[in-house]
Amino acid sequence: MNEVIDLQHLSLFLPNSYYNISIMTWKHFFTSSIGKKFLMAMTGIFLVLFLIVHAGINACIFLNDGGETFNKAAHFMSHNWIMRFLEIGLFAGFILHIIQGLSLTFQNKKARPVNYAFNQPGKNSNWYSRSMAILGTLLLLFLIMHLSHFYVGTKVALYGGDKPHNLYHEMQTIFSVNWIVALYLIGVASLFWHLYHGFQSAFQTLGIHHKRYTPIIMAAGTGYAIIICLLFALMPIAMYLGWIK
Amino acid sequence: MEHYHMNLTLKVWRQKNSHSEGKLETYQVKNISSEMSFLEMFDVLNEQLITEGKDPIAFDHDCREGICGMCSMYINGQAHGPWKQNTTCQLHMRAFKDGDTIVVEPWRSQAFPIVKDLVVNRSAFDRIIQAGGYISVNTGNAVDANAIPIDKKDADDAFMAAACIGCGACVATCKNGSAMLFVGAKVSQLALLPQGGPERESRVLNMVAQMDKEGFGNCTNTYACEAECPKGISVANIARLNSEYIKAGLSTEEK
Repeated sequence: MNEVIDLQHLSLFLPNSYYNISIMTWKHFFTSSIGKKFLMAMTGIFLVLFLIVHAGINACIFLNDGGETFNKAAHFMSHNWIMRFLEIGLFAGFILHIIQGLSLTFQNKKARPVNYAFNQPGKNSNWYSRSMAILGTLLLLFLIMHLSHFYVGTKVALYGGDKPHNLYHEMQTIFSVNWIVALYLIGVASLFWHLYHGFQSAFQTLGIHHKRYTPIIMAAGTGYAIIICLLFALMPIAMYLGWIK
Repeated sequence: MEHYHMNLTLKVWRQKNSHSEGKLETYQVKNISSEMSFLEMFDVLNEQLITEGKDPIAFDHDCREGICGMCSMYINGQAHGPWKQNTTCQLHMRAFKDGDTIVVEPWRSQAFPIVKDLVVNRSAFDRIIQAGGYISVNTGNAVDANAIPIDKKDADDAFMAAACIGCGACVATCKNGSAMLFVGAKVSQLALLPQGGPERESRVLNMVAQMDKEGFGNCTNTYACEAECPKGISVANIARLNSEYIKAGLSTEEK
């Protein structure tokens, strides 16, 4: 004990490490529990913003003009170099959100290695708030299918296609199959519950919990999840049932 | 309230020590008064076991007034049983009726190893407190209690956070075994007050680092902790923990 005190008397001549101060690094921040959650929240909000653009552009099909406006918008999104550049950011956002989510889930499972023989989680929390990892996994599977349906085709047309790509026509073809429409609706349902919890959860993670702002965030999150998911759900339904031609 | 007696079937987790395998054992207790506390009912069961020459059930308890944070039973799938904002010792048998089956398990968390039966080692919480739950004060005579003016709202919020008794129900309830409600309360009670100012940044960084080191999980904002907390600690404290950590973590050079 005395030795420690003597060292502190000489602190002017000694490096920081002698009196228990350590350097805060980026690694410390981003590998900490809250740092990881911070990244989940930031990428989550980024993806929330992306979905507005995605749903907005796709909603052009409801103009029922044979996909003319929609194809123009899709052409812009796939050919404009700013959009192509932002696309890299979008992929980075998805990958970070997915990897971080999986890593947090595995860590959380490890924190409770033995489960209760009898548990009543329904008494204290909502099922969807406890199911973010399962909903997220469903969304990942959906995303793989979704990219193989629409993204791959667009890129093939962009780099090697001999005729102009008609994304609207491709949509009509894909959404004419009943089981694919069903899979899309399951994907949208997963998305709804994921967003319904995730939207407000992101703000809590960023440290915003306020008597005046939190009710607004909750209402905005609910409205957002309903509008976005309703729009997305109507697309395969409207095409399958021939509401839009 | 009507006074009645009941016979119960208890399924209690028995485990010799942290290394051995545990299992649920079934016991019958008879003629339990509705006026008894849950722990008194356990006392009756243990008397019975001792009379039969069996090993009594080990469980934690101290004040039996709902303020010490020692009792820690997971009763019928809920931390501290079915009543809201209530500890196990303050849960009374009138919460149950004749013929009920009650399952009692210890807190389950990687960071809270089972010592014996229903007793878990919660010293991980002590080490988190040691990492930052202190303030700098001038030595000498004790200063006047109200020497530093504090806004009423901040004083109230700090007091609400300080109501945490460190029982660990939040960790036991959380599906992720996260300790963020506990750490949030401990960080908040000092971050809200001027006395906590000098170590404000290093405190949150060090306490979160210790929390992670102990193997607690990560909060996914299910808010199950708040619902089961015997002291009603608000998840606003988790938000404050997050914002304190993000601010300190993004700006501090040393911790």
